[in-house]
Amino acid sequence: MIEFQLDSGSGVATYLQLVQQVHQALRLGMLEPGDRLPTAQQVVAQLAINPNTVLKAYRDLERAGLVRARPGQGTFIVAALPGTDPAAQSQFLGSMTDWLRSARAAGLGPDDIEAIYRTAFRNCFAEGAA
Amino acid sequence: MSFVVQADRLGRKYGRRWALRDCTLAIPEGKVVGLVGPNGAGKTTLLHLAVGLLAPTSGSVTVLGASPADGAAQLGRVGFVAQDTPVYPRLSVAQHLRMGEYLNPGWDRQLARSRVEQLGLDLRQRAGTLSGGQRAQLALTLAIAKRPSCLILDEPVASLDPLARREFLRSLMEIVATDEISVVLSSHLIADLERVCDYLVVLVASRVQIAGEVSDLLSSHYRLCGPRRDARGLPASQRVIEESHTDKQSTFLVRTSDPVLDPAWAIRPVTLDDLVIAYMSREVPGERPDRPRLKVMS
Repeated sequence: MIEFQLDSGSGVATYLQLVQQVHQALRLGMLEPGDRLPTAQQVVAQLAINPNTVLKAYRDLERAGLVRARPGQGTFIVAALPGTDPAAQSQFLGSMTDWLRSARAAGLGPDDIEAIYRTAFRNCFAEGAA
Repeated sequence: MSFVVQADRLGRKYGRRWALRDCTLAIPEGKVVGLVGPNGAGKTTLLHLAVGLLAPTSGSVTVLGASPADGAAQLGRVGFVAQDTPVYPRLSVAQHLRMGEYLNPGWDRQLARSRVEQLGLDLRQRAGTLSGGQRAQLALTLAIAKRPSCLILDEPVASLDPLARREFLRSLMEIVATDEISVVLSSHLIADLERVCDYLVVLVASRVQIAGEVSDLLSSHYRLCGPRRDARGLPASQRVIEESHTDKQSTFLVRTSDPVLDPAWAIRPVTLDDLVIAYMSREVPGERPDRPRLKVMS
């Protein structure tokens, strides 16, 4: 069972924070198929948030095929995240690390690097959308 | 869609002064709705009109489709907790419960008793000696033990410390989780509203500035920051809510349903706090000049 946390200054809608935390837990192996998510009542008692928000997050996860609600029993994880090839992941992690090292060697600070990354990221996905 | 509160050109005058004027709004049923706005926007007047404590000077209002306080049945369908959660200081907790039972045909004695027990309130204690948090919880108990279909709360947590506030909101959310109940609450504490509300209404000078699902509002507003640019240069799909400029730089708060892809902008998500303040600061057409207005410094 996982416990949800809220970041109230993030500008991310509460239900989306819950969805992201389930994704994160799946990615890190803290949740696996068969595990039960906390009930809406439990989340409400813990975080003092609107139960509709919890249900909305669970509906979202259900639509994505990650969880299934079993009436009277709770909401269960039914699938892992559609995985990316681990070999590809480690290859890109390697080339990204090399790139970061050379940027650092060229005298760029963390903020410079992040600005470059964000711009490149947006350019790349803008191409996809256009 | 059915509405918990629906107002049509609703107005209320005190002497020669309008406390609420030409207010038209429709709040959907089955949600927890936050009502925010500057002091003097007419929130309390609107809520008092909705529960029938005040009669309108002009226009009309319905609650759950019926006129406010129109007979015993309608009174029983609406629970109300007034500002600062008033109770009778000289009556004991037990006497409050007895009064509630005597005055409300649909009173749920079991619910009232178990809530008081759960809260650890002493039945013999006078309400005047309860802590602020306990008083608020007692007022909430009275409002829900009549088993209303809708609960209206006017700044219920404004005077409570952070812990008592959290406890109160937790109680309220547990009620929402177990019963199918619509809730309308006014508050200045946006962080609280962000937790508990799924729908938000911003009221300024009797006018609805924006109303909608909290998650939709958050995902459709962005703060854009970049080289100086005129608002007219933005895509037509981006509605400017707030803007400020220096000689080199422009910052906009925009509402749009399309993704923002212009690489010139640094884009940040907008917190609910930013969003509410931006809408509260906007010029309101036809606003009376005597109303103090929040100005954003640029």
